[in-house]
Amino acid sequence: MNKVEELIVKRARELLSSKEVDKVIGWKKGEFYFDPSPAVFTSEEELKDFVYNGFCGANLSKYLVQELKKGGKIAVFLKPCDTYSFNELVKEHRVDKNAVKVIAIECQGKLDIEKIKEKGVSAVTETEENGEEVIVSSLYGSAKFRKEEVLLEKCLTCKSKKFAVADETIVVNEMKETANDRFSGVEELERMSEEERFAFWKGELSKCIRCNACRNVCPACTCVKCVFDNNASGMATKAPADTFEEQMFHIIRAYHVAGRCTDCGECSRVCPQHIPLHLLNRKFIKDINRLYGDFQAGEADEGKNPLIEYTEKDADPTAAVNGEVRHA
Amino acid sequence: MQRIGVFICWCGSNIAATVDVERVSEAIKSEPGVVFSANYQYMCSENGQQLLRNAIKEYHLTGVVVGSCSPRMHEATFRKAAEAEGLNPYMVEIANIREHCSWIHKDREEATEKAIILVRTAIAKVKLNAPLTAGESPVTKRALVIGGGIAGIQAALDIAEAGFEVDIVEKNPTIGGRMAQLDKTFPTLDCAACILTPKMVDCAQSDKIDILTYSEVEDVKGFVGNFKVKIRRKARFVDETKCTGCKICMDNCPSKKGLNEFNMNLNNRPAIYIPFAQAIPNVAVIDPEQCLKLKSGKCGLCQKKCGVGAIDYTMTDKIIEREYGAIVVATGFRPINIDKFNEYGYSENKDVITSLELERLMNAAGPTNGVLLRPSDNTHPKVITFIQCVGSRDLTDCGKPYCSKICCMYTAKHAMLIREKYPDTEVHVFYIDVRCPGKNYDEFYRRACEQYGVDYIKGMVGKVYNQNGKLMVQGSNLIENEQVTIPSDLVVLATAIEPEPSVRKIATLLTASIDTNNFLTEAHPKLKPVESPTAGVYLAGVCQGPKDIPETVSQASACAAKVIGLLVKDSLKTNPCVAQSDESMCNGCSQCANVCAYGAITYIDKEFRLGGGKTETRRVAYVNPAVCQGCGACTVTCPSGAMDLKGFASKQIMSEVEEICRK
Repeated sequence: MNKVEELIVKRARELLSSKEVDKVIGWKKGEFYFDPSPAVFTSEEELKDFVYNGFCGANLSKYLVQELKKGGKIAVFLKPCDTYSFNELVKEHRVDKNAVKVIAIECQGKLDIEKIKEKGVSAVTETEENGEEVIVSSLYGSAKFRKEEVLLEKCLTCKSKKFAVADETIVVNEMKETANDRFSGVEELERMSEEERFAFWKGELSKCIRCNACRNVCPACTCVKCVFDNNASGMATKAPADTFEEQMFHIIRAYHVAGRCTDCGECSRVCPQHIPLHLLNRKFIKDINRLYGDFQAGEADEGKNPLIEYTEKDADPTAAVNGEVRHA
Repeated sequence: MQRIGVFICWCGSNIAATVDVERVSEAIKSEPGVVFSANYQYMCSENGQQLLRNAIKEYHLTGVVVGSCSPRMHEATFRKAAEAEGLNPYMVEIANIREHCSWIHKDREEATEKAIILVRTAIAKVKLNAPLTAGESPVTKRALVIGGGIAGIQAALDIAEAGFEVDIVEKNPTIGGRMAQLDKTFPTLDCAACILTPKMVDCAQSDKIDILTYSEVEDVKGFVGNFKVKIRRKARFVDETKCTGCKICMDNCPSKKGLNEFNMNLNNRPAIYIPFAQAIPNVAVIDPEQCLKLKSGKCGLCQKKCGVGAIDYTMTDKIIEREYGAIVVATGFRPINIDKFNEYGYSENKDVITSLELERLMNAAGPTNGVLLRPSDNTHPKVITFIQCVGSRDLTDCGKPYCSKICCMYTAKHAMLIREKYPDTEVHVFYIDVRCPGKNYDEFYRRACEQYGVDYIKGMVGKVYNQNGKLMVQGSNLIENEQVTIPSDLVVLATAIEPEPSVRKIATLLTASIDTNNFLTEAHPKLKPVESPTAGVYLAGVCQGPKDIPETVSQASACAAKVIGLLVKDSLKTNPCVAQSDESMCNGCSQCANVCAYGAITYIDKEFRLGGGKTETRRVAYVNPAVCQGCGACTVTCPSGAMDLKGFASKQIMSEVEEICRK
């Protein structure tokens, strides 16, 4: 058990035993070491299954929406990037922050099991972070990797190690900001010709099996009834003109979350088809920054995002679509 | 099954010359749901409307499509006709086959094809129309006039005359505006103050008019009949209710370096001052930039000398909130900044002045007590040259593309007055064109030329420069086809005018649109010249476009007539095409309220049944139909698609798009 995990479980136990909270949202060990899943703990007894290891990439903030409806006070463990999603949910009245205790916890970047498997390592039994290195133990021995080889995409281009909200923090080791530019992938796409770009997205989106995992995990997707599930919206029942039209789902979804997406990267993490969905969202974020000034959704739990606000500094929309117009 | 009637208008030859109306009617006949299809020369005529009414009766129509001009022209006409026959007026749709089709196409084949598509599109929409009923909203029987110049004063007086309460909000310490600064007025040459100040006094004495000077509109909420306005009453440091206007404070104020704005900064005034003798209210104001007491804490002389204890250095800005049914914008103008016009040397030579500065130099209450002395050495100028169109009709970045309209006449006035008062003075006027339409205007200009011997030179001035104490005005004489240089003692620039810059903020607050020159836009340039496109907001004076005093006064009275017409009503019919939230889908995220410019959206906690005896309380949006203006911003913002606009539902728009795309 690592030090951070130890402290987290200890704190969870205190909170439950003192009845300061009724529930704790954290991660529960799965069938394997590398598949912990989000879980609600209501008793000290249940905490024996609590884990916090290198594979706890899941953003827990969205689980509050349903759990809070059942009543009671909840403690939730949020990594730096998850705190932004939490604020965004508070802003949209999806979460009552007074009913939540946010325990902000250390994160040195989470691991991508798929990348480890690609390296030829299977049946992982434990991982250990050692500075810029990760030692992966498996049933068949152990292997050493440089961190950037095995981190999740969202962690490689981590937007910030700052907590946007925290009632208390559990940090043992210093968290270093990454030097990677999270928009370089978008810029690569922007350099493509329209035909190339269309071909790229057609290729990527055609892999989609419409499992809706991206939507279901997305903290910005909390509609009572999603337009794609609503027969009356005219969208759910519409027969696609061609096989690709169906995949426009992702474009529409990117529009729906634009200005509210915190770039938590969960969509790409959970996609079983490995579609780089974060690129769509990041394109919006990049354009918002360019046209309306730098903006990070979820930095605060109130205020308006640039897409639903007008200021005189905003770029002129007609000029903006033509290219190089910027926020004044 | 819907029973739809389609009526194609020829609009004389406006549509019929480019669109084969017969073919459109024929093509539409076979559209599903269409039971009647006809065309007629003028659908808006009595006979055209009768055709529509007869068809509704005879064919039991449930929906009507009229292919005609823009809905802005005759939608109301056809809706009324349908209503008279018992059909809900909102079951009528207009296909714009004039502005959107016949007027912009030359090819008859293409235009006819497009007209058919546009009419089919309107049919697709009308199939999804639902009958709508207008609600009612009350009317606050009080008007706000923004700006206390002659436009605002006239509008306020007329509104008060009809028995309604009206507030004038003026940002300066007194009402009167630009007209108060003028000496004489064309074309009758009566003194501006003599005709303006009685009106100012009438305002002050009216028990219906509340004058809020030194005040600015801070915030506007609400809608026609129900505006809620926040007004900032700037700290005057003098109690308006106590000050008697005795001017003892002015005489004792040691700070005399403040520039006298009323005299176009040509002389100085004390830090505590009354702008001019006939100011309304006749109450002093302290300029905090100049007051020694406010700046350094040392002085306080005026407070000691004031016999009624009116001075209060601790005064702060106050925000008051009032409700109004109608708003008149009369924010006026200012001369443009001419520093950029290097060729006229305005910033280098004291004796190059603007026309408004000349007004003050000629005025008995001005810095020279009405004796025309040039600013540099206080001597009588013997040769005076006027330059017209300085910054007007100017397509460079320095000036304005429009004609300022008043300069030809006031320059003729100035020239005439100078020749009258100082017959030994030589007066030249450089002009591009002399524009004097208006009652007795051309006669006035001709008098200047013919009776007063003013030398009018057609041509533009290239340069004004100083040579041995003379201002050399170098220009071209296009009639003689020669270059001329006139050594002058005084040069007067007929400076272009522009809307008061504060109008931009006010336009934003009122959601009233402004054009590229910052003039407020009227609802229709010919038929709704005093209405702004925002219901309940009216425009008077130069804020809407350059105009002289007679025009301004007429427009102000026209505004008042519109305001009175609104305020006599006890309630207004509201537009039923408003937003509505589908509570079963709304998740209360607040995005719609964030974009709503009218504050029409609030949230309520509502209990929903989930089945199995369970319930859930959810925060959902509620649209106040009386406040909603139907702009649709919320509908496109709502991520859940819970918000929709009645009469313009997303489904209707989509069906229109699909119809246009139909092959």
